[in-house]
Amino acid sequence: MIIQLNGKEQQLPENVVTVEDLLHLFALNNRIVIVEINKNILRKEHYQAHLLKEKDKVELIHFVGGG
Amino acid sequence: MLTIANRTFQSRLLLGTGKYPSLEVQKKAVEVSQSEILTFAVRRMNIFEESQPNFLEQLDLKRYTLLPNTAGAKTAEEAVRIAKLAKASGLCDMIKVEVIGCDKSLLPDPVETLKASEQLLEEGFIVLPYTSDDVVLARRLEQLGVHAIMPGASPIGSGKGIINPLNLQFIIEQSAIPVIVDAGIGSPKDAAYAMELGADGVLLNTAVSNAKDPVTMAYAMKLAIEAGRLGYEAGRIEEKNYGVASSPLTGMITS
Repeated sequence: MIIQLNGKEQQLPENVVTVEDLLHLFALNNRIVIVEINKNILRKEHYQAHLLKEKDKVELIHFVGGG
Repeated sequence: MLTIANRTFQSRLLLGTGKYPSLEVQKKAVEVSQSEILTFAVRRMNIFEESQPNFLEQLDLKRYTLLPNTAGAKTAEEAVRIAKLAKASGLCDMIKVEVIGCDKSLLPDPVETLKASEQLLEEGFIVLPYTSDDVVLARRLEQLGVHAIMPGASPIGSGKGIINPLNLQFIIEQSAIPVIVDAGIGSPKDAAYAMELGADGVLLNTAVSNAKDPVTMAYAMKLAIEAGRLGYEAGRIEEKNYGVASSPLTGMITS
């Protein structure tokens, strides 16, 4: 499926269906990351169950240096 | 001790984590500053390029309180969205409300800042708004129930120090909540001055991160803030227009 990921169109491999899969694809499972899908924040405990849909707007967010 | 919303801190220096020349320098600067509150920005992860080391992920989170900011937000709505994303990390419930209204001066938008603060208070955040040194705005923010006021000394990153000490003084006098001078600090004297005026703390970033030697500057700022605070507590002398002798006027051998 194709989703919007961090502002870019992203074609996902067929075996990537859940948010957990997506994080695994980008090697983010052990990172501090916040997931927002279609402007809704997804709680960590739902990563394994939540199924991605075509055209979902996904944001993978983290903390960077700032003032 | 600095108290913000029932949390106490030994250090009155709040440190920004942006713009450091390297991770190594950043770590050392944070260490010598003895700061306990660090600000962070909330951004998209750079997943399409090779992973860069992330400062936050290397931090001992037990030692620090995270104060994420809403930098990037132009409206209250965007600020609230950013704040909620930060809180969702489970690592923090404090938020620095930063809603910039002018791209050149980087001065805050008072209306959106007020709106964002109100909404975030309703959502249960500990709210620290970054604001201009407008005295009435500071009062209105306090009336909303924010947990500290953070007026700017001068524009962000400008290094101009405190350009309106009178306004800062008014804000400090009227506030029952902590006043943390945030933005525009350039050198240690500025940080000391803020504390001598009675501020409860100072938040700075560029003054340290962009100094030629950020680690030494971080240490200098720590000392300046301590000195300024002690000076304030010690009760300085009054200013006079004319001289008052320091040596006795009696028993002079010349009389």
